[in-house]
This record gives sequence, structure tokens and C-alpha cells, in this order.
Amino acid sequence: MSEAVNDPIIEINGMHKWFGRFHVLKDINLDVKQAERIVVCGPSGSGKSTLIRCINRLEEHQRGRIVVDGIELTNDLKNIDAIRREVGMVFQHFNLFPHLTVIENLTLGPIWVRRTPRKEAEESAMKYLERVKIPEQAEKFPGQLSGGQQQRVAIARALINDPALVLADEATGNLDSATAVEILDLFDELHAEGKTILLVTHEAQVGERAENVLRLADGRIAEVERRNGGRS
Amino acid sequence: MDEAATENRKYPPGCHPDLPPPGIAAGPLLWIKDNLFGSATNVVLTFLAAYFLWLSIPPLLEWAFFDAAFTGESRKACKAQAPGACWAFIQNRFELFVYGFYPRPERWRVDLSFILLMVALTPVLWEKVPQRAKLLLFSCAYPFVAGWLLTGGLGLKPVGTDQFGGILLTLVIGITGISFSLPIGIVLALGRQSRMPVPRILCVAFIEFIRGVPLITLLFVASAMLSYFLPPGTNFNLLLRVLIMVTLFASGYMAEVIRGGLQAIPAGQYEAAQSMGLGYWKAMRLIVLPQALKISIPGIVNTFIALYKDTTLVIIIGLLDPLGIGRSSLADSKWQGLSTEVYIFVAVFFFISCFGMSRYALYLERKLDTGHKR
Repeated sequence: MSEAVNDPIIEINGMHKWFGRFHVLKDINLDVKQAERIVVCGPSGSGKSTLIRCINRLEEHQRGRIVVDGIELTNDLKNIDAIRREVGMVFQHFNLFPHLTVIENLTLGPIWVRRTPRKEAEESAMKYLERVKIPEQAEKFPGQLSGGQQQRVAIARALINDPALVLADEATGNLDSATAVEILDLFDELHAEGKTILLVTHEAQVGERAENVLRLADGRIAEVERRNGGRS
Repeated sequence: MDEAATENRKYPPGCHPDLPPPGIAAGPLLWIKDNLFGSATNVVLTFLAAYFLWLSIPPLLEWAFFDAAFTGESRKACKAQAPGACWAFIQNRFELFVYGFYPRPERWRVDLSFILLMVALTPVLWEKVPQRAKLLLFSCAYPFVAGWLLTGGLGLKPVGTDQFGGILLTLVIGITGISFSLPIGIVLALGRQSRMPVPRILCVAFIEFIRGVPLITLLFVASAMLSYFLPPGTNFNLLLRVLIMVTLFASGYMAEVIRGGLQAIPAGQYEAAQSMGLGYWKAMRLIVLPQALKISIPGIVNTFIALYKDTTLVIIIGLLDPLGIGRSSLADSKWQGLSTEVYIFVAVFFFISCFGMSRYALYLERKLDTGHKR
């Protein structure tokens, strides 16, 4: 197992991405080790969201290689599905499904993607709702919750497939600062439990808390700062 | 005095009791004051409206009910009884209005189809029906059961569709059109949004063709031209052709209504579904379509109602819906001159059906409202 821990969970080599003629990401090279937490920061338009959205193929990269958990991202739908099962994602606007209750939001993935029996899925959903400290909201609709509560549900939803990697795209960008701190604490706990986490942010507050910071500028990696391992 | 005392006391934060609203802040009196006598113009308009109602309602009621004749064998007999409406005419022709020319000994089959229609609709319209899953299976089978009952075969005496008419014909065309145009419309709307060029171009071409051609033209095509395109010797039932044309026509409009709903779904919903590992069809079925269809309910029901009323157009290719039956009945010399009664009857029939649909749509919207509009 010790080998597995040292294996990078994400390997990106010479990756380029264009939106039309606009060159968003330029020659990205990045290795993320298991159980590492990296904060991706940079000015708006620097390509930080696009970078993590490429990792679970919400965006397609045009050149280079991305390998997640040993699976290379290609046009093969089977690979994309396999990677998406290993990656949980949390969004700035929560993106909960408003027509489903909180618990249905959580069980949708297990039931329809992993074919878990409903009862089992509901039990594990309740476990994760307790984990994010809002089990009493299970039967409500997302529209009835506050922003912070919604983001907790979104995190529980991202966790329910027990992914090795969690991507968070400006997860606190829509929350007031007190609520944002609570959500960041939650990510701290997940990190302590051994999840690999990539957090995209433009807020300095978030960057200060992390030991690893990756700075993007104009589509390039400007700096990778590993505070307990030095800079590169 | 008591209330004033309560109001003037100082309460610690969070301990203030709920007080009743002062004066008439609610209730019917306030409604009347606000809506009918709110300003000088409103007062004038209220009195004017009341005057017109007083002028028009009593004579109308007199004509339609108090001075009306409900029995009689001819217009003359009616007029001898009472000076008002002659509903005896409608009563006399009622069976024709309902069944058209369906052979009398076989009419139990139409009645049975009507009853089974109610059974089939119940689980579709209401969620809390016991054994809903099993009943829904029956609802899916209903069109075929009804088709068999109405046209015959397999042990039942065959009845030609040229003998269909009246309310039976309206319901056959309306219900077929409604139940098939929604799924076809969904497929067309998804096709139009597809990134694959071939399905997209096909769907766009179809939708634009339908929207660019009047229904009457399509019905003429159905009645006259379709046989040119089919292999010689094919005997293609006229009613079936009309059903296909009406359904396709409504589907084109339905597709655009649903496309509007699809566009209102934020990209984040698709992304969340994708990042959970849901494929295109599952994401559509579980996430996007339930929301898009909910938003589209007013437009969908609008299309349904338009389709239902458009069924009267079949009169121009010789099929007799209630309006057609009414018009042809007016030619009877015994009953000549009663067009008002006929048209009111037909209007009331259509109004009840369409108003029912629109009320049900409102109920559905309220039921599906999950409060995410905040």
C-alpha cells in the first residue's frame, strides 16, 4: 500500500486547452499525490476553473495527457465514466437538483450510476448528511435551505460515491465569510481523512490555510508552492 | 384600551406577541374597497359594469332557462311552448352529437371506451391512486384497447371509421394527438439541441416545415395527396391519416415549447449530472427533462388546448365533429333557424373540456412547485 500512497493520483503532462481560438491553458504539467490538498489560485480568467474541469472532462483538453487514478482521459466514454466515479465535484453555485429532495439528490448517483439498492443508498446518504451535520434537512427541497446548507448537501453528494479525489470550483465563492469558513473546515476534515482535494479559489483567505498552493497566471502554472516540501 | 396597552408596552427582543392587523387590513370589505371603489375612475367603471351586467344577464338567463323549451318534436312545437331557447333540438340530436353515425347496436363499445378512458386517465392525472403502477400499465395499453373496441375485429363487429363522429371523433383525435405529440415533441426538441448534425438538421427541418404550413393544408394533404406518395393499392384509412397529421402538427409546436423549457435549465445542472457519472439519457430523464417540462407546463397545455380545438377543422375534409354534426343538423327543415342553440351547445362542450385542462395544469404547477424560485 505504501507504493500506492506515493503514486500520483493525477498526472498532467504537456496539456493544452483552447476555447475556440483562445488558448486558455498552456503546457500544464502537474502531479498530485494521493491525500494531498492543493489550492489552485490566480486571477479571474487565468484558467483555474478550466484546469480542474478538465480533470473530470467537463471540458475537453486538446493536447497532452491527463491520467487520473491510473486511467487516461481519452474520448473513450468508458474511461470518462470510470474517472467520474472516482472524482466528486463541488460547484460555486451548488448545482443541486431543485426538483428533488435533499436525500434524493444524494441517492441519485448511487442508485442510477452504481445500481445500489435504494434502501442501502438512503442509509449511506443519511450517513453523509450526518457527516456534513445537516441530517434533519433530508426531506426538504434545496430551495428551502440556506446557501451554506445547500453547499453542505452538495459536498455530501460529491462524497457519496466515496471518491478518491474531490474537486471544488470556487466552493465558497457564493457564501458569506463565516459560512465559507465552516465549509473550508469541512474540507480540512475530509483532507485529514485522506481525501485528495483540489480547491479552486480567488480568495486569499483560502490560500493561506493550505500547505500546497498552485498559482496560475495567464493559462500557465506560475508557481507550485509546497510549504512542507519547498517550492518548485 | 386593552390592545393599545399591549401595543405600547416594551418587549424584550423576540418576545413581541403577534397582534391582529389594525382595522380592515383583510377581509371581503377591504377587497371591495380596494378593487371596486379604489379611485374615482374605479367607482365609475364599477357602476358602468354593473349596469351592463344588469342589462345583459337577466335576458340571457330568461332566454336560456326560464323561457326555454326542453321538449318537443320540432321547432314549431318548441316555439308554441315558450319564446326562448329550444333545447329540445339538442336533446333530439344528442345521440348524434355524442356517437356520430356509430351503429346503434354497437354503441355500448363507445360507452365502454369512455368509461375505460376515465380509468386510464386517473393514474396519469393523480399520483395518490392505489395500485398506481398497475393502472399506469393499463393507461399505456388503453389506446390499443380503445382502438380495438371502436374499430372492431378480433371477435367484434368491424365498424368503419367513416361512421365516427361528434364528441367521439373529437375525443379520438384530441386524445391521440395529445398523448403522442408530447413524446414526439420531446424527441424533436432534444434532437434540435443535439450536437450531432444529422439529427439536428432533420429536426429543425421538420419543425420549421410544420410551423410554416397551415394545419388546413396538411389536412388537405392527408385527405387528397397522401395516396399519391403511397404505393398504389394501399388503402390508408382517412381517420388514421388525419390522426397522423394532427399529431405531427402539434409535435412541431410542442418541440418549440419544450426547447424553451430546456434552455431555461442552467448549464450547472447538466454539469452536476455529468460529474456524478450520469450519461446523456439518464441525465436528461432524471435531471433536465423533469425540470424543463415543469417550466413548460403552461406552453404544453396551451398546445394541447389549441390541438383540441383545431379538431373542428376536420369538417373541411368531410369528417363530422360536434360542430359538423350541428351544422348538418341545422339543414333539417323541422329544426331550421336554431343555430344559436347549436353553437352554444358546441361552445359549452369545448369550453368545459379546455377549462378542465387548464385548471388541471394549474393544479399540477402548484403540486410540482418545490420552492426553488427564491
